[in-house]
This record gives sequence, C-alpha cells and structure tokens, in this order.
Amino acid sequence: MLRNFRRFITDTVQIVTHGSRYYYAWVGFLLLLIAVGSWAYIGQLNEGLIVTRMRDQVSWGFYIGNFTFLVGVAAAAIMLVIPAYIYDWEPIKEITILGEMLAISALVMCLGFVMVDIGRPDRFWHIMPFVGRLNWPQSMLAWDVLVLNAYLVLNYFVVTYLLYCAYTERHYVKKLVTPLVLLSIPMAVSIHTVTAYLYNGLGARPFWNSAILAPRFLASAFCSGPAILLILLQVLRKTTKLSIKDEAIFKIAELMAYTMGFNLFLTAAESFKELYSGTEHVVYFQYLLFGLKGHNTLVPYAWASILFGFVAFILFLVPKFRTNWKLLNLGCVLIYASVYIEKGMGLIIPGLTPDALGEIYVYTPSFTEIAVAAGIFAIGFLVFTLMLKAAVPMMLGEFTISRGRKATEAPPASDPIQA
Amino acid sequence: MMDGKLTSQPDSAQQASGGCGLDRRDFLGTGVAAVATALTGCGTLSKEEFLQHNFQELSKEEVLSVIARLEKEYKAKYGRDVKVGTTPAMPGVIFGYALDLSRCIGCRRCVHACVKENNQSRSPEVQWIRVLELDKEEGVNLQHAEHYYNPDEVPREGHFYMPVQCQQCKKPPCVKVCPVGATWREKDGITVVDYNWCIGCRYCMAACPYGARHFNWGEPNLPPDQVNPDTHYLGNRPRPKGVVEKCTFCVQRTRKGLYPACVEICPTGSRKFGNLLDKESEIRYVLENKRVFKLKEELNTQPNFFYFYGV
Repeated sequence: MLRNFRRFITDTVQIVTHGSRYYYAWVGFLLLLIAVGSWAYIGQLNEGLIVTRMRDQVSWGFYIGNFTFLVGVAAAAIMLVIPAYIYDWEPIKEITILGEMLAISALVMCLGFVMVDIGRPDRFWHIMPFVGRLNWPQSMLAWDVLVLNAYLVLNYFVVTYLLYCAYTERHYVKKLVTPLVLLSIPMAVSIHTVTAYLYNGLGARPFWNSAILAPRFLASAFCSGPAILLILLQVLRKTTKLSIKDEAIFKIAELMAYTMGFNLFLTAAESFKELYSGTEHVVYFQYLLFGLKGHNTLVPYAWASILFGFVAFILFLVPKFRTNWKLLNLGCVLIYASVYIEKGMGLIIPGLTPDALGEIYVYTPSFTEIAVAAGIFAIGFLVFTLMLKAAVPMMLGEFTISRGRKATEAPPASDPIQA
Repeated sequence: MMDGKLTSQPDSAQQASGGCGLDRRDFLGTGVAAVATALTGCGTLSKEEFLQHNFQELSKEEVLSVIARLEKEYKAKYGRDVKVGTTPAMPGVIFGYALDLSRCIGCRRCVHACVKENNQSRSPEVQWIRVLELDKEEGVNLQHAEHYYNPDEVPREGHFYMPVQCQQCKKPPCVKVCPVGATWREKDGITVVDYNWCIGCRYCMAACPYGARHFNWGEPNLPPDQVNPDTHYLGNRPRPKGVVEKCTFCVQRTRKGLYPACVEICPTGSRKFGNLLDKESEIRYVLENKRVFKLKEELNTQPNFFYFYGV
C-alpha cells in the first residue's frame, strides 16, 4: 500500500515534469508571472502595505476583492456535484473531479490573497487553532479560516483518493466517497455563506449589512464557477481523449441560466430597496452606480457588470442560444466578467466608500497589487494545470501502475547462454 | 547583556526592522523562525518576539521579560531610555468622555497634542483624532463633513466642528471581529491593542463605525528626538509596521490620574473627562446637567464618549 502510494507520487511527478512544447511554454509563462508576483511581494514585505493604494479610509482593496470572488469559484464546484450525486446523473458524474480540482486551485488562490493582505504574515501562527488564539466563535474571520481549510482538505482528499484508485486500477470504495462528496455540498455552501457573513455582520458598513448578501453571494458564485468549467470542458475534449458529452455541458448551462436569473433578481431587489427608499444608506449605491461628488471611477465597471450579466442570462436562457457553441462561450466570458466585477471591486470598494466618517477616498489598485495578484492567479493556474496533467491520463486509464510506461523499462536482453 | 553592542548606531536596514532585536546571538536557525523572518521583510526577528504570546495570557514573569526586551529594543532604535509601563486598570473606574460641540472651534490642537503624546508615525502622519467641519444648516450629517478644511482662521462662518476619535464603546464591534483576540476592552472601559499580537488583517477597521482605527501602512517614522519616553505597553509605545493602532484615552496618563493630552491642550475647554463611576466627577456633572447624544446611536455600540451642546 505504502509502496504503491510512493510510486503514485513519483509517477505523478514524472507526468507533470514531462510534456509537449506547448505545455512547457504554458508552465514557463506561469512561472514567469509567479516570479514577477514574488518580486512585487518582496517589495511589499520590505516597504509595508504602503506600496498598495489601500489607506485607512479604504482599508481593503484588490486583494480582498479577488479573495471574495475566488471563494465563490471554489464553492461552485458543488454546482456539478449536486446533480451528479443527488440525481445520480451519470454524464456529469465523470467531470465532478474536475470541479473539485478547480475548487482546490481556487482555495489556494484564496489563501494566497489573504496571506498577502495581512500586515504581519510572520504572525500567521496566531490564527492557527490551539497554537495561536483563534477568536472563535466570535469572529467571522476565524470561522472563515476553519471552513476554508476544511473544504480544501476535503476536496484534496477526495481528488487524491479517486486518482489513486484509478492509478492502482481499483474501484474506489463507494461507502467512503459518496458521504464525503455529499458532505462537500453543505461545506461549499458554508464557505461562501461565512465569507458573506464576514461583510454582512458589520453594522458600520450599510452596503454590506444586508440580509440578502449571502444569497447573492451563492447565486453569483453558481454563475461564475461553472462558466470556467464549461470552457475548460471544451478545451479538454479537444486536447485529450476525455469524452465529455454535449448533453452534460448543456445541462450545466441550463442550470446556470436559472441561477443567473435568480442572481439578477436579487441584485434588482437590493438596488430597489436602496434606491427607492433613498435613506442615508443610498450613498454607497450612488457611488457605485452613478458616482458621488464628481467621483465616478466605479461607474463604467458597475454598468458593464449589469449589462454583461443581463446579456449572458439571455444567452443561457434561450435553448437555441446556449446550444450554439460560440454564443455559449461568449455567455461564459460575459458572466465571468460580470461576477468578477460585482463580487470583487464592486463589492469591496463601495462598502468602504464613502468611509465611516463620510470621506471619499478614490481607490485604484497600485502596480504592486496588480503584480502580486497576477502572481497568485498564476500559482492557482499552475496548481490546476499540474493536477490536470496528472489526472487526465489516470482518469482515462492511460496511465496506471501497470500501464503507460515506456519500453525502456523492459529488462535488458540477455546474451545467449554459452555452452 | 551586550549593552555596548546595542547602543551602536542602527543602520537603515535595522531601522526598517521596526523594533526587531539586534543581538544576533539570540537568533534561532530553526526553519519556522527563518520563514517568519523572511515574511517580516525586515531581516531581523528575534526568537522571543516571534514566539511571544498574547499579552492577556502572559504570566507576570513573562510580562517583565517582554517589557525588558522592548525597552532594550527601543533604546537601540532611538538611543533613548523609553519606559514601557503596564499599569493595570484602577478598580472602580470606568472612563467617560464628553465633548462640547458648541465650544469646539476646530483648531485641531488636540489632533497634534495627541500625535506628540502617543508616538504616532510622523510621516506619513497617523492621527487618532479627526476633526470634521460641518454645516450649521445640516447639523451632524457626515456626508456633508469637510475633513481637510484649512482656512486662515477658525471657526469658519456657518460651520461648527466635531472631533471624532475612538468612542470606547461598551459593545465594541472591532473587538468582536478580531480573528486573534489582539484587541479587547479593559476593565476601565478602554479598548486596547496588543501591537505584538495583531496580524494586521484590518477587519477591525472595517468594523469600526467611527474611523477610529489606523494602520501602519509603512514603517512608522518617529524621529528619536520626538519620542515620548513615558509609555504604556497597551498605549503609546512605539509601534511596528503592519499593525493597527487607536486612541486609548492616553492610558499611560489616565491610569496615573492625569488627563488625556487632548483634554489638557484644548483651549476652549470643550473636552471633559472623568470617571463615570464617581458621582462627583465632571463627566457625571455633564451627564446630569446637559443633554448628551452619542454618535451613530442606532448601531448600538454604546459609546462611553458623549457629545453635548454646552451653551
């Protein structure tokens, strides 16, 4: 068992370090981005967060915006798990493992964005349960640390176990996998709910202090996460022998149409309440949608997000459109961009602008923030690429403990025996 | 130990290290400490500093050794004797503050007296008090607040002034959200920060409805000749970069029976301070004889900081 596992590890390393020219170019590109990001981060460590454009007024920015968006991507893996396991719908089942790998990569990026945002990363151990002093259950951030890490471990275990079984040519133990996969459904809901509560629980920030923030988070996550997967599935179909039925892709697209409609409805409900009642809390929506006192940095992004979200909804809703590959992919890009704006900067910045005392500080990310963020995205893409590189041949049964080896591993031909 | 070495001129790299120990022999070669050192970006982080636990959990002996270490570090950094006190809350005392909006003229002397007293970074300057210039016609409406007013003379026609600092809430949202318990409310009602435990996540800043918390975005720049050497561990001792700080009602002064610096400097007598549990105190006189209000009462943070119109 242990020897097999060791072979599994060494073979995995073997697979991910050997590939085509394109593979090397892609990995090299990601490593380059990671190098740029690391260089920028070292600068930030030396100078402090002053190299970002965050200040006391807008104390969270690009890093936390990306973190929030990516929690949604991680949660969306369940979008595939629910129909696959609850309705026992086979065409999707095979690709659930891809969703879980996406979740792992997104979580790696989430933790990366939190790490680069804190002022004292050398004190990371203070937040570790038992070792440090986790302010649980009071602090929502303490909850978030726990659920994000638990979700990461859960997904990591399931993916590793399934691949290991494929590698050793055994069938996985259903009694072990099914409960874990089912557990990942409430876990996915919980990571995004807790992340929403993080903002939701702050009475000081009326823009976030809304009861439908968590539902909005979930609805938008179930749009953006699967959008990535839909594109990915098409790429995998073309580049590998992985067979993914059209049926599965269209089914996911159909489910996405419902969540997109629901997401638009929730956004409209929130906007109506704020704009129609027009209380003093309306200033944050005004800053986002129309600009305030001549400051309108966010306005074009906010309207682009709304427009993209609406067009994507139409494209996914009409069966004729969503079964047209070009329109489907256009819809994926649009909804991804829409949610990225809405859940990233469109959530964090108006939450903090105007600030608690009414001051408007116009925040835009600095070069360091963009470079560090690019580095973290590159790490996430690299993790995903490497996992995919190893997983696909194992899932296909092309590479197992007994198959897929090169002929050089055959024993040397022995000389004829001399009489 | 090693006093001769410690008084040597700190070079720029060591200055940037912000209170890191200088005695190289104290350093551990362990993997964790090395990683942590790399993460501070300062190149120097003593094992003791890295492993120091939350102030509330320290034994008396541990507190003494922490204080000794800090005083040694400040001596090395500023070339002066900085005393770090740990005076606890006095029994039977809860501090309260009242500010007379009809007297305040917006001169901002309190802002600068606070910076001088509390060893804030001078550039960029961190200010714990923000004085808002408000329209008389609008009343207390923060959306009409002017933060950067700079006329030749104050008060300006048609305006009144509202200084805002930590409101020392009875239900402080900042304390609730801190993921590591680096900030808490002391028995005398003062919310404090353990600058050696704060991880710099800034969740408390998002939670504070009064903009009272401030972050050391860069290395605090405190010229040695401007250091106030009379400090408190939970108050005005020099801070490292990457941590949050806030008004403590000058805990280093008030626990010795002195007024906060802002009260003492105010030329108009707008600022009243005292023990809420003492019936004879000036603060109780204000509560009894003036009609007070709290800023953002609807958030139920229950400040011990009151505003009133004295005339």
